[in-house]
Amino acid sequence: MFNYIVRRILQAIPILLVVLTLVFLVVRVLPGDPAVAALGDYASKDAVLALQERMGLNDPLWLQYVRFLGNLLTGDMGTSLVTGYSVGKQVVQALPYTLTLTISAILFGYIFGVPLGISAAVHRNSFIDYFNRIFSLVGLSVPAFYLGVLLMYFFSIRLRLFPVVGAGDPGDLGSLLHHLFLPALSLGLIMTAYVTRMTRSSLLEILREDYIRTAKSKGLAGRVVLYKHALRNALIPIVTLGGLYAVVLIGSSVMVEIVFSRPGLGKMMVGAIQQRDYTTLQSVMALYTVFVVVINLLTDLIYGLIDPRIKYD
Amino acid sequence: MPTDMTRRQKMWATFKRNKTALVGAVVAAIIVFIAVFAPWLAPYDPLVQDPFVRLQGTTEAHWLGTDDFGRDVFSRIIWGSRVSLIIGLASVALGLVAGTGFGMIAGYYRGKVETGIMRSVDVLMCFPDLILAIAVTAALGANLFNLILTIGIVMIPRFARLAHGQVLSITESEYVLSARAVGAGVPRIILRHIFPNIFGDLLVAATLWVGVAIRLEANLAFIGLGVSPPTPTWGNMIRQGIDVMINAPWISMYSGLSILITILAFNMLGDGLRDIADPRLRGA
Repeated sequence: MFNYIVRRILQAIPILLVVLTLVFLVVRVLPGDPAVAALGDYASKDAVLALQERMGLNDPLWLQYVRFLGNLLTGDMGTSLVTGYSVGKQVVQALPYTLTLTISAILFGYIFGVPLGISAAVHRNSFIDYFNRIFSLVGLSVPAFYLGVLLMYFFSIRLRLFPVVGAGDPGDLGSLLHHLFLPALSLGLIMTAYVTRMTRSSLLEILREDYIRTAKSKGLAGRVVLYKHALRNALIPIVTLGGLYAVVLIGSSVMVEIVFSRPGLGKMMVGAIQQRDYTTLQSVMALYTVFVVVINLLTDLIYGLIDPRIKYD
Repeated sequence: MPTDMTRRQKMWATFKRNKTALVGAVVAAIIVFIAVFAPWLAPYDPLVQDPFVRLQGTTEAHWLGTDDFGRDVFSRIIWGSRVSLIIGLASVALGLVAGTGFGMIAGYYRGKVETGIMRSVDVLMCFPDLILAIAVTAALGANLFNLILTIGIVMIPRFARLAHGQVLSITESEYVLSARAVGAGVPRIILRHIFPNIFGDLLVAATLWVGVAIRLEANLAFIGLGVSPPTPTWGNMIRQGIDVMINAPWISMYSGLSILITILAFNMLGDGLRDIADPRLRGA
């Protein structure tokens, strides 16, 4: 197992490096001069030249690239062109808001999605199955930000049960949770739809297998067959696809953060694009891709844990 | 060819029996019709402002109310369908052609070509769709053509991965081997023998991914990276509606509902087509 983990981590490194290179290049081809963006259109030419020099924009591309990677490695993400604050510090402040949002949505999705999917598969073509199919079809179709807008309208504006925007008082857990609820629900419902659908379809597939028939004909109790024989095997695609959907969820979290004005990474990234704050933009984008690489890595590792067919040699 | 005919007839019969697919197809067709005939269907010019009817709810003159410039929301939704559909369909077509091309080449040639193409696909897949789309749109600038290009680029790795997997599973099949044995050239093998066999699956995926593309466009429009106002798009209408949500929730509600119905229609159609293409998955 140890070798398997080490090998997977080593395989992730070159991919991460290429992805970071791409982030660096994309930010370099963005239109507009970062120095002009930082100083405003009416800045004097000398001031712009001086800032360009200070930001290292006149250095050869390879030198800027080496500096970018070196800084990332040491955790130094540079200074924001707009606020003048350290990007690293801003990221550290924003990260918990994004993490709590996505992790609670993923948990919500699994806690409700797996039982719903099981009940739909077991009671195939029943009322609960039809309800689940419609629920997951709508959940897969609705844009997260629209769901956020709807929830905000009904629960915050009409019923006044939850705050409209913001993330709450950082020192007050109750306030943080109160502010987290609707954004997490917007993403969580969508995740539930994904999880329900894949649980149902992978369980249905397994329930048709010969070994399930054998288990049943041996006279094993239905619950034992379902939970010990079927569900355990159905878990494999649920985990693999779960990783895939977690990546989709990261994209959607950007939108939900904007709808609810939640000060997470997504809001930071969109703000950076609108203000042409390129140091912030490249750091946040780099961080998002690191998330994806890590999620893929974790998916592989969990996959290795639950699928005994995977040899760890 | 009678066998071909019966096969087609069988598929049509299966399609007609599949209510999900049928409803999806009908709704999608209606939306395409609305987009094509928008100038004749919309009761008002979507850009004409009328300060005397600002933020009115449903009235006889304005079925879905008016926005804060007094523009007719119903007409704007009708016109907005154009942007969503053009971008959704064209970007998926771009992804289908380019992605399938790359995927088939990688799957057929194997070796270094395959490694090069598929590792690039892996790298692109490390970007969440929206993050990649935001970055590319910011670099290219937001207009209709660039949005098609951007979302097309997001779609390429998906199609490449699908086509690659499919090609791998059939390049060793007997009919491909025998085509190769009688001396058929590579382009002929790919286009005449491999492509027709994977086209069905690609089409099913394409139908499902039109929904993804439309959602992506709406996301970009919502954060201000879509086709610029005053051109109505569903995404920028939701955005604009949020500012007046307390007094005029209908602007965001109805525009969002249009996006939801459209994506739902393509998803239902795609699900149904997949069931027809692979009967084992029926209802799964």
